[in-house]
Amino acid sequence: MTLRAELRVTRGNFTLDLDLTIAPGEVVALLGPNGAGKSTALRALAGLLPLTSGRITAGESTWDSPESFVPPEKRPIGVVFQDYLLFAHLSALENVAFGLRARGTRRAEARAEAARWLDRVGLAGHARARPRSLSGGQAQRVALARALATGPSLLLLDEPLAALDASTRLQVRSELGRHLADFGGHTLLVTHDPLDAMVLADRLVILEDGRAVQQGPPAVVARQPRTDYVANLVGLNFYRGTASGTAVDLDGGGSLTIPAPVDGPVHVVFPPTAVSLHPRRPTGSPRNAWPVTVAAIEQHAHTTRVRLDGVPAVLADITTATLAELRLRPGDELWAAVKATETHTYPI
Amino acid sequence: MTRHRARGRLPVVLALPAFIGLAFLLVPLAGLLVRAPWGSLAGQLFNAEVGQALRLSLICASLATVLCLLLGIPLAWLLARSGLPGRGFLRALVTVPLVLPPVVGGVALLLVLGRRGLIGQHLDAWFGISLPFTTAGVVVAEAFVAMPFLVISVEGALRAADPRFEEAAATLGASRWLTFRRVTLPSVLPGVVAGGVLCWARALGEFGATITFAGNFPGETTTMPLAVYLALETDPDAAIVLSIVLLLVSVGVLAGLRDRWISGPT
Repeated sequence: MTLRAELRVTRGNFTLDLDLTIAPGEVVALLGPNGAGKSTALRALAGLLPLTSGRITAGESTWDSPESFVPPEKRPIGVVFQDYLLFAHLSALENVAFGLRARGTRRAEARAEAARWLDRVGLAGHARARPRSLSGGQAQRVALARALATGPSLLLLDEPLAALDASTRLQVRSELGRHLADFGGHTLLVTHDPLDAMVLADRLVILEDGRAVQQGPPAVVARQPRTDYVANLVGLNFYRGTASGTAVDLDGGGSLTIPAPVDGPVHVVFPPTAVSLHPRRPTGSPRNAWPVTVAAIEQHAHTTRVRLDGVPAVLADITTATLAELRLRPGDELWAAVKATETHTYPI
Repeated sequence: MTRHRARGRLPVVLALPAFIGLAFLLVPLAGLLVRAPWGSLAGQLFNAEVGQALRLSLICASLATVLCLLLGIPLAWLLARSGLPGRGFLRALVTVPLVLPPVVGGVALLLVLGRRGLIGQHLDAWFGISLPFTTAGVVVAEAFVAMPFLVISVEGALRAADPRFEEAAATLGASRWLTFRRVTLPSVLPGVVAGGVLCWARALGEFGATITFAGNFPGETTTMPLAVYLALETDPDAAIVLSIVLLLVSVGVLAGLRDRWISGPT
């Protein structure tokens, strides 16, 4: 049974226009900036927001179409909300049992099943705890157990890791990955964090301004971004241009030399680590070199990222040693250089 | 230190009216206690008429509160959650009994539910039910005056509650009624309790609508406030005792609510 959705939702000036197909067992990540329509898509799939047009079908059954609408309580879904929305007046066990009780399971049976789910997420000892007394990671796992306990055919995860601090996040992410691998239904993960999407999903759908701008396996998307947003997410310098032979004229001005000859409109990418900075025009091997001006300097964990204005503008990651040697300050004039072999070119 | 004291000093323009206001509110209450016939208090307190009025008051106020809860919570839900058109106008209408002189409310009830009233004549003709000048009439009059307190309190709580919890319940398969019972109502319980207590206190002190709609029949419609008013002419000491009992009940209610209402936002 494959889930097919043609999601068309119009709200004021915003239009969501997204076709989505999820195969059984597949985890699809919907990745995009704030306001791209990710939550709208999730709410439409959950039935919390009726479609303006289009349809949602799961195998033989239709959830939403111009003729019919199945309300959320009748859809076989489980949702993990961004801030979990655990019921504060119920214990962890009662929270997990809630969906089973609502769908008509007897009390004792529902509680036993809920206890099994709490055990699976490693919270058997917290069955009687109120949500308020749980840590962020524990609350997330209760929310996941609650969503999965009813045996949904579609699992919707809305920024499931966004509320966690960095250290918890790493652990919860790997646990979530394990549960998603065990889950036989369809999973849609909505996130603005590329790392969550890359690690957890089988396929990425990049949503910008209500439309899918790129989709594919994480490795392909990471290597060949198609928009500035994606390139920024995966941390690559990204240019559009027209190639003729090994020279590419960039749309925004400037040109780059690439290793293998192609013709026509292309994208050119290279990592910021491939950029070297020099006080004077570098000489020697065939490289791309152009004058730039330091716009900003950001300190990251082990590297320094330098934003450089020029034709074209470029990001460079340099080591602390280089930073000390060049004594960089905003406004400094330098030369940026990139080896042709460090660039990656693919057609638009 | 001096700077601190200087900053802490109250301006006279504010302090003087503030203390006069405080005295204005507290002195009458103190007067009640000072003039109380402490010697004969016990005797008065267990006087059959006082006991009767107190019992009737407690029963009627409690029944009125139950009626308000049964009708008022769904009404609050309607105002807070449904997409009903004209909700703002309805909300304004609901609060009318709050500012309406209770006597006017009593007259209005008589016109509608009286034996010749719009609805009352049918109640009388078809079911033989007559509300005015009965204990049931007391309950109706009290509920009419007190219900806005409950509705406003519960509606406020509902509007403050995050509706996304109801969405979460829906995605778990809960119908709207189950969601209301298991998720919405528990989350607004403090508002319901506060509204219920205010509603009960208002019903307990109700005078104008009660005497207009239900009259004054000892044992049947003579509640405490009515008894106080009547006793004032014949037996002032009894009026004071009755007043003290009502005062104690009011203070008891305040004490019960102090965490939620009196302390305010902290």
